[in-house]
Formats: sequence, C-alpha cells, structure tokens
Amino acid sequence: MKYERIAITERAKEIVEKLKEAHGDLIFHQSGGCCDGSAPMIFEEGDMYLDDSDVLLGQLVGVNYYMNQDQFEYWKHTHLTVDITEGRGSSFSLEIPLGLRFIIQSRILTEEENAALNP
Amino acid sequence: MSYTKPKFKETYGNFINGKFVDPVGGEYFENNSPIDNTLIAKYARSKKEDVENAVAAANAAKEAWGNTSAAERAAMLNKVADIIEANLEEFALVETCDNGKPIRETINADIPLSVDHWRYFAAVIRAEEGTATELDVNTLSMNIKEPLGVVAQIIPWNFPLLMLSWKLPPALAAGNCVILKPAEQTPSTATLLMEKIADVFPPGVLNIIHGFGPEAGKPLASHSGVDKVAFTGETTTGQLIMQYASKNLNPVTMELGGKSPNIFFNSVMDADDAYLDKAVEGAVLFAFNQGEVCTCPSRLLVQEDIYDAFMERVIARTKAIIQDNPYDVNTMVGAQASNDQYEKILSYINIGKEEGAKVLTGGAACKLEGNLANGFYIQPTILEGHNKMRVFQEEIFGPVLAVTKFKDEADAIAIANDTLYGLGAGVWTRDAHQLYQIPRAIKAGRVWVNCYHAYPAHAPFGGYKKSGFGRETHLMMMNHYRQTKNMLISYDKNKLGFF
Repeated sequence: MKYERIAITERAKEIVEKLKEAHGDLIFHQSGGCCDGSAPMIFEEGDMYLDDSDVLLGQLVGVNYYMNQDQFEYWKHTHLTVDITEGRGSSFSLEIPLGLRFIIQSRILTEEENAALNP
Repeated sequence: MSYTKPKFKETYGNFINGKFVDPVGGEYFENNSPIDNTLIAKYARSKKEDVENAVAAANAAKEAWGNTSAAERAAMLNKVADIIEANLEEFALVETCDNGKPIRETINADIPLSVDHWRYFAAVIRAEEGTATELDVNTLSMNIKEPLGVVAQIIPWNFPLLMLSWKLPPALAAGNCVILKPAEQTPSTATLLMEKIADVFPPGVLNIIHGFGPEAGKPLASHSGVDKVAFTGETTTGQLIMQYASKNLNPVTMELGGKSPNIFFNSVMDADDAYLDKAVEGAVLFAFNQGEVCTCPSRLLVQEDIYDAFMERVIARTKAIIQDNPYDVNTMVGAQASNDQYEKILSYINIGKEEGAKVLTGGAACKLEGNLANGFYIQPTILEGHNKMRVFQEEIFGPVLAVTKFKDEADAIAIANDTLYGLGAGVWTRDAHQLYQIPRAIKAGRVWVNCYHAYPAHAPFGGYKKSGFGRETHLMMMNHYRQTKNMLISYDKNKLGFF
C-alpha cells in the first residue's frame, strides 16, 4: 500500500483547478514564520527558486508540494491536508485576490504510515 | 467606557504624487473589521500600472528630496509626529476597528510608540555626522552618506501604523522617496495618515499603494526603478522578495518572525514580591496583541523545581484576562485580525492536542455575544508539551503559549536555541551571572532581560537565523537606506612618479 504525506479537500481542489486555468503550472510551498506564515502558498511554477533544500512532499491535483528541509524535520511526523477558507491573508500566494486562503489541517501519521514514510 | 465603530468613506484610493488617486483599473476590494466581520470600506485594488505610477512619481521626486537639508527633513518628520499625536484617539479607534486589537493597546502602545519613532529619526539626523580620516599627511578619506533613491516597503497587519512608523521615518530621514504597501487586511490607518499629512512632504516623496500581494506587492518588490526593498512578513515571501531583488542586485532588509523563548530560572520565586508579580505578567505577555507579534513569547521555559508553583500563578493570571469587545477600554484581548488567522490558530491548537500536548487553559475559540459573534476570537491558551512538537516550532501568531520544563542552564540554552528562528527571547532571573551569560548564549537579535515586549526607539531590533537581517528602530537602520560615498582627496602637489 502506498502512503501519502499530503491530501487535499474537494473544495480546495476546485480552487487549485481554477488557479491552474488562470496561471498555468503551479507549485505549493509551505511557508514558516511571521504573520501569514505557517500556511501553504501557491505560485506559478518557476517563480520560486527551489533546490535540494526543498523537500517534495507529494503532488496534489498535479501540483508539487514543497517544504524547506529544516522545517520538514519538525513536520515529518504529521500528515497534512490542504483546505481552503475565507480570508484576506497577505502574501504573494495566488488565491488571495479570490478572498480565499489555503490552510493546513494536520494529524499525526499512524504508526504504519510513519514506518513507511520515515524509515 | 466603550467606543463605537468609527465612520469611513465608501472608497479609498492610493496616495501617489501627493494626492489620492483612483486605481488605474478602477477596481476596489472590501476590507472588513475582524471585530464583527462588517465592512469598513473599499480600498484600491492596485495592479502593475498603479505601481508604475508610484515608482515614476518617487523617481521624479528623488533628486530634489535627496538634496533637502537634514534640518528640513527633521522638521517634516516632527510635523508628522505632532499630527499623529494631536489625533491619537482617532488613529487608535481606526486601528482597533481595522485590526481587532483592544482600544487599550492602540491608545497606550501602538499610536504613542508610532509618534516616538518619527521623533527619534528626526532627532537622529540632526545629531549624526559623517566621518573623515587623515590617512597620511596629504591624504584625506571623507565619508558622506547619500540616500539610495527609491525604497519599496511592504508591511504586515499586526501593528499597521506602528510598522509603518518603523519603516517610513528612517527611509525618509535618509533622504529616500518611498512607496509603501500596507497589508491588505489593514489599509486604514495608513490611509488616515495620508489624509492628515497630505501636504507635509513634497509630492512623490511618500506614496502608499493598496492591493493584494500577487497583484501589487510582487510588481513593487521586483521593479527595476526601486533601489531597495524592506519587508516584514514570513519566510516564503521573504525568499521571493530576495529573489526579485537579486535580479536588480538590490539590497533588502527582512524581518521574518520567530518562535521566541521566554525563560524563567528558579530564582524568580525566591521571594513573593513585586518582581515575581512582574515575572508572572512577563509569562502572560504571550497573549498581548492576541499573540500576533513577531516576537510573541510563545515558548515558555520554566525551571523544573519551580514549575508547578510558577505555572499555577501563570494559569491564574491567564484565566483573569478579559476578552471582550475591543472597543471597550477594559478589554485586554480582542479579535484575531482575520478569518484565515482564526482558522489557522484553531488548526494549531488541534495538532498540539494530537501531538499529546496538555491543555492547561483555553484551547478553543471564544464565543462572544451579539454582533461580536461574527468576529474572530480565540481564548488565551496554554499547551504543555516538549520542544519537538510543532506547536513549539511554528509561529502560530495567536494567543497560544507552549510551555515546557528545563533542568539547568545548559538545558535552558539548548531548548531556547532549538528553533529555526532567532528574533526575540526573554530571560528572567535574580542571579547576576545568569543576567548576562544566558542572553549572550541565546541566538536571537533581541533578548529582554527581566522584561518583555518593550519596543522603544533607540534600541536596535532585528533577527538572527531565519528571522531575517537588518536592525530597525535604531540609527543603524539609516545605513540600510543609504550609500556611503567615499571621497579620497590628495593634498599632495607631487606626481606619483609612475608615468
């Protein structure tokens, strides 16, 4: 059985599809820090410079989901579900003009999941 | 005593070239109050064209502005301070309405502090001098500070007027023209300020554009007509802004938040006195401004032998917090600034519980009555756990405290530094050696010793590690907005003799 670190809700999926139509290929990046941090951000592919220090957590609706390695060390025991809520978060994330904001709902990985994903 | 929601116009434009102008595209966005989720007003939804106009205005004004005397610029900064001070209550009320923070805070902290930052930089440029060194009997090295030209500033929503007042005065005092973009959640006090000070600076020197990050923030941060970008926010946007600046080889300064430890050594409980009372308050300051502070003391580290006794007092003091209508002068904790913040904080409390953290108090939303039922209120919450938990590692930006024990000094320092960030820290002790040695061992730009959450002008503020770089609220910030022109002058009449 294949285990995943990330998932997405139906309503968030619809927004990702809508953004793909408007902007083309996209990526998610999990931010940290102040203000609107600790939330997923979505950008046009190529807008953000990514390298070996960015961990690919998986793919949602064809969109790669990245997190910085040092942040990942503290997050890797948790499963993340991308959801969407009404909001006015400031950042360069592309859903903001829609009056919406992606957020993360987390849970602890089960023992089985953890064994498979964090061997 | 209680205030009521202030009156606003229907729409507000951008402030470009000394006057309010409609956005080029004619679009506006709705800005709601987090107190009751009702409309405040509509603000300009700026796009690339608006940014172009602001950058052009700033560039047209920069030469004349850069050549004004320090005396003239200082007088203008002082005038802004006087105007804010004369309208303190109005600014406080608008800020409370826009951000959700209690009126008690805006009247006593946000607005008076804002006034002082303008005055501080007005004073700095009258007192400072350039340098000159006689390198040898015929050679003089002279350093003259010159403005960079045009500066872009992007500020957050947690202290809207105060962050504006951290950013604008040093840039203007240094002789730069500025384009500032307030956060889209809190455009109101920046707009009110422009209404009040419209005539203070020459047109083009100070420009405010509203709008969304991807539509207005990004074209501003990446514009080749800008000479420097200053940003306060989170790490991903920080990285993007640095990338855009790298294309223009522009300098940047960044303040990107933290997960600040607040450390209490056992000596704080050596006596039951005024100092202990102050220390307990120092631990409860996590709830200040609803926890929406980059330096929120959101990790509480308490020495194990006083843990139970100290926490009993901290929990009691936290439970005594009055959370109610932000317009009421007795309210201590108000609304979170937006719905997405509210949802995010609740999701963190949830993952904290899942990770096994114990809820010592709070742990849920706060349901208020009447109109306030539509606002975004969270109970001050204390979670007990260990430093590897996500609630100990991520900036929740809410009234959520994560508490853990430590054994000794080495343990305290190890836990304190086990974080990606390094913006603030607190150290509380009656031990004279610890007072100096512990702060020196903590990797953070500001360590409060036997105090917390003081932000006076004249004390530099900025981060280590992923909290960013640059030092604000101090004359050091001036050099982040200036070039150094070195003139190397020879008074020797004789040739080198090479050719």
